[in-house]
Amino acid sequence: MRKSTSDDRPGNSKIEPQPRGARNKGNRPIDQAEAAERFLATPHHQKQHDERLWTLRQRRDDQMWSMPEWEQMRTLASAIKEHTLSHLDTYLEMFETNAKANGVVVHWAKDAAEHNSIVQRVLERRGARTLIKSKSMLTEECGLRADLAKAGVEVIETDLGERIQQLDGEDPSHVVVPAVHKLRTDVAKVFAATIGSDPDNDDPHHLAGAQRDATRPLILNADAGMTGANFLVAETGAVVVCTNEGNADLCANIPDLHIVSVGIEKLIPRSEDLAIFVRMLSRSALGSPITQYTSHFRGPRQGGEMHVVLVDNGRSERLGMEEFWTSLKCIRCGACMNTCPVYRRSGGLSYGATYSGPIGLIIDPTFNARKYSNLPFASTLNGSCTSVCPVKINIHEQIYAWRKVLVRKHETPFVKRAAMKAAGAVLARPAVYRATVERTNEALASLPRFAIYNGLNAWGKNREMPHPPAETFHQWFIKNRGGKR
Amino acid sequence: MKIGLFIPCFIDAFFPEVGIATLQLLERFDLNVVYPPDQTCCGQPMANSGFETDASGAEALFVRNFDGFDYVVGPSGSCVHHIRHHFTAVEQTAAVEGVRARTYELVEFLHDILKVDAFPWARFPHKVGLHNSCGTLRGLGHASASELREPHFSKPEALLSKVGGLELVAASRPDECCGFGGLFSVFNESVSAKMGSDKVQDFAKAKAEYIVSADSSCLMHQRGCAERDNVSIKFIHIAQILNGAGA
Repeated sequence: MRKSTSDDRPGNSKIEPQPRGARNKGNRPIDQAEAAERFLATPHHQKQHDERLWTLRQRRDDQMWSMPEWEQMRTLASAIKEHTLSHLDTYLEMFETNAKANGVVVHWAKDAAEHNSIVQRVLERRGARTLIKSKSMLTEECGLRADLAKAGVEVIETDLGERIQQLDGEDPSHVVVPAVHKLRTDVAKVFAATIGSDPDNDDPHHLAGAQRDATRPLILNADAGMTGANFLVAETGAVVVCTNEGNADLCANIPDLHIVSVGIEKLIPRSEDLAIFVRMLSRSALGSPITQYTSHFRGPRQGGEMHVVLVDNGRSERLGMEEFWTSLKCIRCGACMNTCPVYRRSGGLSYGATYSGPIGLIIDPTFNARKYSNLPFASTLNGSCTSVCPVKINIHEQIYAWRKVLVRKHETPFVKRAAMKAAGAVLARPAVYRATVERTNEALASLPRFAIYNGLNAWGKNREMPHPPAETFHQWFIKNRGGKR
Repeated sequence: MKIGLFIPCFIDAFFPEVGIATLQLLERFDLNVVYPPDQTCCGQPMANSGFETDASGAEALFVRNFDGFDYVVGPSGSCVHHIRHHFTAVEQTAAVEGVRARTYELVEFLHDILKVDAFPWARFPHKVGLHNSCGTLRGLGHASASELREPHFSKPEALLSKVGGLELVAASRPDECCGFGGLFSVFNESVSAKMGSDKVQDFAKAKAEYIVSADSSCLMHQRGCAERDNVSIKFIHIAQILNGAGA
């Protein structure tokens, strides 16, 4: 057991408070850059975050090199998803028919509010007051916990990372590793304040044990259980859930009532398609060959109930967006986040949205183009996300396309609009351009000024300015090769 | 073979030595290299930021300047990536499509079109870290990317391996973006600068004396970070090494 002994130990959250995420200003645009700057101002957190996620990326690469058919698998996974999405109505109805035949109650929810009220009704009918659940990005998207709290239902997250985030009152910062932005000292603090563990003991085994001791009785006594789903198999009506902690199995098997909340894009046609996706999912996510638990739920246990809530919440609309529909292929592995150099240095909470990182940049604006209008600009368009994506979503190209859409919708800052208009005008006119670049007595030739000027002269904050040369290439050319045009 | 020399705006304004090296290098291969003096920019800064309509003037001018050449060659991967893949602010006429198809980044022109097998005039006895910009790596396919399961290849490495005395050293995160990203560098300044500092540190740990790239924009950004962080590492464009700088 390791104990904190000194306040100046690297990573001690006593000297480096945990950075918090983006400030939520209602419908006003999230300032991802501002939140990222605060994350960077906590170097222990930033370094741990960057290195941890980079390690996951490297492990993913090792898995890739262990499978000669890796690129074929990506092509197949993409094709299966595109096929399913192109015939979504057929497969949804097939799933419903087969699930019903298995004794499952199937519900359809058009949006978050409908989903939450369906869940609430199902709980009410059984008189359930406590709900244990495994991790689900969809329930985050729907704000389920807050709605159930209002209805007097206590929700207990059973995934360790998700439980840490719940106890800390924070959203998950990553789709697979929800508390990856925290140091273990942060977790010790949260647990000390919420489940009464020793604040000075940040040994991960101790922390996991303390959480287990505190949560197990709640799990054993819960009235109802909820899981998400990684895959829905249309031809069998089966729900497939992948976890590493086995917590989804507890949620599904201990209480008599099992509710599955799932987005309609999680369908695959056949059981044999799992051979592709199960092999890709954990390899892409954590660089492990498979999750510890891959559980197939086909129907209620004897004397129990199983409900599946199929949730749209904007997905049909996204399916109709020519440039963005393939974002629905996403299997939520988080590989794009792990590889993203911006995400690793910003922390997932800087995005101020349910989905962070590259996939978030292209999904979040479909929920609220104004609120998430800055997100597609929080990218260098480097394209690494697209290359690691196991279902070949052209993420960086969709980020680029979103920028154009947001400019068309006027969801961009005035200063940027003005600068780009001015730059476009200068660069369309050779004589004006020439006069602008070759004004010599300025500290900075004004060509980069259009790129650099944003009122704060942000380039120079953490970087030196470029050194303007004595003459431009054009001037050199005229002087040295003047006759040759 | 008549070549249009494309000198992107920021190379014209900040890195004339890169333009000069490109011109001189191409002329070593007995090509008829022409510099259209009315050129400005390919339109990338506006289009990359979403302001595609503001790029239409620059794109139309680009086509007027470079129509009629056998090839258009420029020493900037990200600009050529824009021209090849994103140059859609103007109507796609036959002239526009022709110019887009005939525009090459310098490394790929030397490697794929001229198939240069020697640079006898070049010698560069230094440890050099190669920075593949994201535009050249994942946009133009200069090299195999570390994220994909594909056989290793690298056009810039193949060219640099023909330069006497040059020793390539590798960064530990070979394909990590350096964080320039156009307007990203100012609107997301803190993350951009951190990425640049990390990149420079990674090369410094590999004991690189120089960082070489086919993109001056990445080099401008990394140099700014290195100078601020007091990391003594030098920056040079691949055109300069191939043209015999330091020989």
